[in-house]
Amino acid sequence: MADNREKILEVKHLKQYFNAGTKNEVRAVDDVSFDIYKGETFGLVGESGSGKSTTGRSIIRLYDPTDGEIDFEGTKVHNISGKKDMLQFRRDMQMIFQDPYASLNPKMKIRDIIAEGIDIHGLASSQAERNKRVNELLELVGLNPDHATRYPHEFSGGQRQRIGIARALAVKPKFIVADEPISALDVSIQAQVVNLLMELQKSQGLTFLFIAHDLSMVKYISDRIGVMNAGKLLELAPAEDVYNRPLHSYTESLLSAVPLPDPEYERSRRRTQYVPRQANGEEEKMREIVPGHFVYCRESEVEALKQKEAAYHK
Amino acid sequence: MSNENHSVADETIKISPDMFERATGAQKEDSEKIAAPSLSFLQDSWRRLKKNKAAVLSLIVLILMMLASVAAPILAPRDPNAQVIQHANLPPKIPGVDINGLNGTSVAGTTRVDKYEQQNVPDDVYYFLGTDSLGRDLLSRILYGTRVSLLIAFVAALFDLTIGVTYGLVSGWYGGRVDNVMQRILEIISGVPNLVVVILMLLVLNPGITSIIIALAITGWISMARVVRAQTLKLKNQEYILAARALGESPVQIALKHLIPNLSGVIIIQTMFSIPSAIFFEAFLSFIGIGIPAPTASLGTLINDGYKTFRFLPHLMWYPAGVICVLMIAFNLLADGLRDAFDPKMKD
Repeated sequence: MADNREKILEVKHLKQYFNAGTKNEVRAVDDVSFDIYKGETFGLVGESGSGKSTTGRSIIRLYDPTDGEIDFEGTKVHNISGKKDMLQFRRDMQMIFQDPYASLNPKMKIRDIIAEGIDIHGLASSQAERNKRVNELLELVGLNPDHATRYPHEFSGGQRQRIGIARALAVKPKFIVADEPISALDVSIQAQVVNLLMELQKSQGLTFLFIAHDLSMVKYISDRIGVMNAGKLLELAPAEDVYNRPLHSYTESLLSAVPLPDPEYERSRRRTQYVPRQANGEEEKMREIVPGHFVYCRESEVEALKQKEAAYHK
Repeated sequence: MSNENHSVADETIKISPDMFERATGAQKEDSEKIAAPSLSFLQDSWRRLKKNKAAVLSLIVLILMMLASVAAPILAPRDPNAQVIQHANLPPKIPGVDINGLNGTSVAGTTRVDKYEQQNVPDDVYYFLGTDSLGRDLLSRILYGTRVSLLIAFVAALFDLTIGVTYGLVSGWYGGRVDNVMQRILEIISGVPNLVVVILMLLVLNPGITSIIIALAITGWISMARVVRAQTLKLKNQEYILAARALGESPVQIALKHLIPNLSGVIIIQTMFSIPSAIFFEAFLSFIGIGIPAPTASLGTLINDGYKTFRFLPHLMWYPAGVICVLMIAFNLLADGLRDAFDPKMKD
């Protein structure tokens, strides 16, 4: 079903090692491949330290990957050289950050923070046009235009996150990496920001890579979900499948940790422990169990997984 | 009873639809309004600085001292190097002031004597701060000496802000191998004591301001470079720096727009630390005899001369020492005030 849709981003065998070749080598991302289609929201979940943020930062070229390839609209992101092409890439892909308190320069006014991209890419020909654009962006994210002359510390977390979103939107990107944009926010504010992101996706025609560790929120916003652990992508499927028909035991473990507002259920809820298997020499890689549903597994396990999938439909 | 109540209510409160007002979007917007006035960065900083009385006072004192030292050739009543042997060792005498210590008298043995009369100084000659053992006017010498000290202070600040900040930013921002090489170079430079540099300088240059300035240029900025590097390492992984990189901001612009404004606190403090130490460095060199050469006055040489005769002619040390103390305290208090003033989070 997904094949006829246009791919906007292809990640192929991405490897991101830190301190490569030394005793302290950290394999933050280890051979991860996935595609993102135009106009969808791709959720990336996993526990802290699983490499999901690193993946996002490698995609937007804040890090240079150790190995592998990232194609954005047909161009290899890490081969872009030349100032002009690089600036174009920076315009097309933007990022929303996790911590609304750290992502805004405390010494700059909101107008200058939002207009940073406008200035870099020369998107406004006059001061008046620049101010007008900033005011439009502030209204777009639901803030008051007279907030433009304020400093970040005068705002709440949710307002700051909306300012961060306005900054990313200022350059009219096609693709946004949202790196845990809601995990630092209060639950009621989380809903505000997520709804804002979904509205913007519709009105601006955006594609999202949504990184988070809150499965229920990711399920709400995402079309497809990838589950990461220890630098590896373990399961990749449409959101409904991951949530209702998990195949990898790590996904099951994550789902068992999601709390529900139901005292009866909560009293009997047991967390499923995830015990990584010992390597036995058999090659492990992503294998398609049913169309669109990939699991990181061994050849010998495919049959069992297919049966498990089928069992969900009974 | 209940009937009566009912009728009272009926008479007094008549509720009709036109008593209500429809809630509008405008009211909702009001809830997002921020009441504090919005000011430009400099206005805001100035407003905060003004609230700090000590800093404002220090600023005024420093401005006055700077003006006085710049205008020394006009203000100084006499040539600072002109010797009048007959007028040697005179205590301060200010016209119209009759307080011991300021009226031209001093204690010799057990009695207070008028030194001016004793040395046959004409009645219309006044030395406001007295004279030294060669009959040179102390006030003029202090004015010129402050000039030298402030010059050294500004040279030190200049090197701190140019070489020190740039070196630290480059080293911290690029990190890795670049940082490693730059830090080793820094360690080698800082391993050579200042004093050795100055003494080596004497082989090629005459002792004086030039060799002190060169010594400061070689070593004075090291601690600034280290502090800025450490802070840059901390800041460069902040999300707002990452956001700037993701927007395609060039490293130079990131340094100017993001790093330096956020480093301003430590930069100001570090500069204000190095100013007094540079002034003291000059004073120390002059004190041990390889600083400013003989006839020229600097606060260091004045204190050196004054300390030799402190028991008999205390004014020769008190006044230059007082000036240097006021200078140091004013710089420190102003630095403190500036650091707070440049931080928009400090509301009052």
